[in-house]
Amino acid sequence: MKYLILLHSNPTSWKHPMFLHQGTELSQEEQDARMAEFGALMEEISNSGELVDGQPLADPVLGKTIRTRDGELAVTDGPFADSKEQMAGYFVVDCDSIDRAVEIASRFPDTRDGVAEVRPIMDQSGSEM
Amino acid sequence: MTADDEIEDLLRELAQQVLGLLVRRHREFDACEDAVQEALLDAFVQWHRNGIPDHPKAWLITVATRRLADAWRSDSARRGRESRVSALTPPEQLLSPGPEADGTARGDDTLSLLLLCCHPALSPTSQMALTLRAIGGLTTRQVARAFFVPEATMGQRISRAKQHMKGADVEFPVPAEQERERLPIVLHVLYLIFNEGYTASSGTALDLPDLTGEAIRLARELHSRLPDHGEATGLLALMLLTEARRPARTGPDGILVPLAEQDRSLWDRNLIDEGTALATRALAHGPVGPYQLQAAIAALHDESASSEETDWPQILLLYHLLEQSWPSPIVQLNRAVALAMVHGPAAALKLLATLEDDARMARHHRLHAVRAHVLMMAGDTAGARAAFQKAARLTTSIPERRYLEARIEELS
Repeated sequence: MKYLILLHSNPTSWKHPMFLHQGTELSQEEQDARMAEFGALMEEISNSGELVDGQPLADPVLGKTIRTRDGELAVTDGPFADSKEQMAGYFVVDCDSIDRAVEIASRFPDTRDGVAEVRPIMDQSGSEM
Repeated sequence: MTADDEIEDLLRELAQQVLGLLVRRHREFDACEDAVQEALLDAFVQWHRNGIPDHPKAWLITVATRRLADAWRSDSARRGRESRVSALTPPEQLLSPGPEADGTARGDDTLSLLLLCCHPALSPTSQMALTLRAIGGLTTRQVARAFFVPEATMGQRISRAKQHMKGADVEFPVPAEQERERLPIVLHVLYLIFNEGYTASSGTALDLPDLTGEAIRLARELHSRLPDHGEATGLLALMLLTEARRPARTGPDGILVPLAEQDRSLWDRNLIDEGTALATRALAHGPVGPYQLQAAIAALHDESASSEETDWPQILLLYHLLEQSWPSPIVQLNRAVALAMVHGPAAALKLLATLEDDARMARHHRLHAVRAHVLMMAGDTAGARAAFQKAARLTTSIPERRYLEARIEELS
């Protein structure tokens, strides 16, 4: 079963890895610890064959929002969501249960200041009832 | 059939024979499996260019043995040991007729390879992937496509699975005691591969490996090795009886058609006859197991001209037996359907109510879909609609959601 892990963040600087720039000043030690945690997580889910995809996103100011209303196309600069927290990156994992997906998501250092969201990805397959 | 298809079919047939032979000789499953995979890729490229050689199996054995020698040589160079490489049988000797060359040992090799791939230390996803690659002869790329994951992800799963066996001398053929212990896992893995293919919707992606066909092929091989094993026979019967309904399972627009509404004239008569005969035979070869019981249930469905004419009391009895020895919420759910057909909706709703207390099941769309059907039987349209809505929200399958939305529409 595939799950999308969305990382939402409100960083002081849109510099990846974002979990190092979340407002609170982190000591070098804390920064190293977060990097090590993240590295270990990536290694674990790559080796287990659970990691399908994952990418950091560029600064929301570089985003474009596109709407077509009554046949009129409107493209505006910036993000769609009008909130302080913006999507900072995503991961797709393929794992045995949502519990495992939640466990993976909870280990992203981003959850200390920001939010991780787990969403099941819909499947093209199904069986009759 | 194109030349490439012909090469691929031949390679897939020979893959496990060559692997069986190598493991028999050299024991190390992981190294042999790598060597055979490389030889298969070499063969595909070279045979495509130069045509299929006169002795394709000998060609593969030679190339795979060379690949194995290369791997061991670099390994030994790293560790400063040469002993193992010098112990490697030269290809000429391998090619001379040995006990395995007359084909009699081949089938036993298949069983042993299945037992190796379904090592209890591996996760079900790894067991499936390894089985499809090592015995099904699929490439990592094809296995990845079948499971809709990138090739790199699948490659990781396979290499991690093989790490468990790295460098270990395996007993080959697998001893009888291990066979008894692991055979249920093999059956389960084949069943999972079948289900993976069965739920895949038709027509959305072309050129996908056919996992149901693959699972049936492997189950047939297993059955041919163990013709008197009730559960191996039962599993094959269950697959055939389920596969028989495939043409009626989806409507012209790809929507799922429930069993009760399927056009039974579309069911595959040959598969039903074969599956029913096997299911009957399997039940005669006790002890009875869950695959035999499920096959018996599938046979009762497949032999009925309509849902109304189905022998529901017999199905209810079989689910009861299944639940007594192998209880699971899904079996209970299926029993509720049979219960509704035999004793009416009230009895079924009572059983379903106990399932709603189970936290895992309460969020399972299937429970609410069954509840909706039973409520419809009871004439509670509003209740049925609400249950269908709940089911629709909980499914993660696009075709299932479409089916459930259509039901909601009908009741509005």
